[in-house]
Amino acid sequence: MHDLGGVEPLASAPIDRREHALTQFDLNVDALMYLLSHPSRRVIRVDELRRSIESLPSDDYARLSYYEKWLMAMRDLLVEKGVLSANEIASKLIELRGRAGDVAP
Amino acid sequence: MSALFKAGDAVRVADRWPEAGGVRAHVRTPHFLRGRTGTIERVLGAFPNPEELAFGRPGLPRVALYMVKFREADLWTSGGFEARDTLVADLYEHWLENVDG
Repeated sequence: MHDLGGVEPLASAPIDRREHALTQFDLNVDALMYLLSHPSRRVIRVDELRRSIESLPSDDYARLSYYEKWLMAMRDLLVEKGVLSANEIASKLIELRGRAGDVAP
Repeated sequence: MSALFKAGDAVRVADRWPEAGGVRAHVRTPHFLRGRTGTIERVLGAFPNPEELAFGRPGLPRVALYMVKFREADLWTSGGFEARDTLVADLYEHWLENVDG
């Protein structure tokens, strides 16, 4: 999903000009990308991030927020580059969800 | 830096579709400009090719980048654009072709 100029119905939709505050999630994702793209590491370049965002399935692209798209794209790139495996991410998520379950009211 | 074009030159955007045909490609030239003719507005410098950087490659040698101006009426069949309505896009040299005359 990309290159949407002139593509209906998006081309005719009014632009949402409302300001909105960044959430803690947004800030965390931004910080993660900063660390991954820092010149001392250069694990992910911003051009790679853009390519990965544009490669998201169209359903995800329409549904996800700006920083959720970043996060999905970063995950895909880390797997593509062999930094993390899909299994490692999946098992860590299960572990973290379990930990969150411990403290949830 | 050696830029092939200068301000005022007429250029045609290549009618190329690298993203079609199941090939992994990253394209920085909007679909609605391909095959269209515009005028070089300004030479912006030379930069690593972002279509290569997008795959983790170095993107060298650097490619000249231009601001290219198009008449809106040349791009869209509807919209009621007037002759003075224009659109300016940043396009890399490997997407631009010489227009004679």
